[in-house]
Amino acid sequence: MKTYTASITVTLRRAILDVQGKAVENALHSLHMPALGNVRIGKHIELDVQAPDRESANDLVMDACKKLLSNPVMEDFSIHLEEKSAGVPA
Amino acid sequence: MKIGVVTFPGSNCDADARHGATITGNEAVQLWHKDTSLPAGLDAIILPGGFSYGDYLRTGAIARFSPIMNEVIRFANDGGIVFGICNGFQILCESGLLPGGLIRNEKLSFVCKDVNLRVENATTAFTRAVKPGAILRIPVAHGDGRFTAPQEMIDRIEANGQVLFRYVSNTGDVTADANPNGSMNNIAGIINERGNVMGMMPHPERACEPLLGSADGTSVFASLALHLEQHNHLQYTE
Repeated sequence: MKTYTASITVTLRRAILDVQGKAVENALHSLHMPALGNVRIGKHIELDVQAPDRESANDLVMDACKKLLSNPVMEDFSIHLEEKSAGVPA
Repeated sequence: MKIGVVTFPGSNCDADARHGATITGNEAVQLWHKDTSLPAGLDAIILPGGFSYGDYLRTGAIARFSPIMNEVIRFANDGGIVFGICNGFQILCESGLLPGGLIRNEKLSFVCKDVNLRVENATTAFTRAVKPGAILRIPVAHGDGRFTAPQEMIDRIEANGQVLFRYVSNTGDVTADANPNGSMNNIAGIINERGNVMGMMPHPERACEPLLGSADGTSVFASLALHLEQHNHLQYTE
């Protein structure tokens, strides 16, 4: 078994108005940063996964994202997996 | 009729929901989130308002996996009447018993005020004691009440007459100003296709006594009582 750390990002689907992102974007513009736009606010979730390989670790996290960590009706998610190297304290 | 009201950790409208059920002639029983079975002879279940599990992750996302929810989902799939108010509506959307979802209010702030609701479909178990087009004065109290769904889902809900309540102005018009949270099509409450599961953001149980400003909410509970009585009568005479 290996241990992987998953970093998961959950954001509202593009088609849904992200009012927090919009408010932050307006604040950035009032700070004279007009070059910044399309602000999206989401959630960042980190968790450890025990799995024999990367593919099964990804499957486990994907399942968790679909069942609980995101709501597929209105949210998208992305997963980044990194293997924890042995000998390095967690 | 016997109506069960589920108490989740963080529910805060369960006592009011039981009151709304009893003053319209029903018997109300408390159900606990850890229960793994339902009492015998239950006619309907209410998921009340509140902040179950602190609204962590998403509103209703964790409550949806409470032990009792397996029973609630089974009860609904067997045709039982399930009614979600505010946080209860959010839990029903999370559990897939109702389409769509509820996200942060458009103006980002918590809204707590009386709103006007136009009854869009008065033929259901939840609205049959109300005149079609009637306007009910009922309070909302939520931070995440913006009803959202993919456009094709909204079109289907509208075409099927699944929208039960819509936020309207004092004159009964659907306007942006009358919409407290930015819900698509001013939707305040919906029913599933089968007609046995309903969710609404406003709180009818907080509008059941004239002393509290409005008794318009009783019409929802009275509809439920009327429906259950007729339904049971049919069952017994068949």
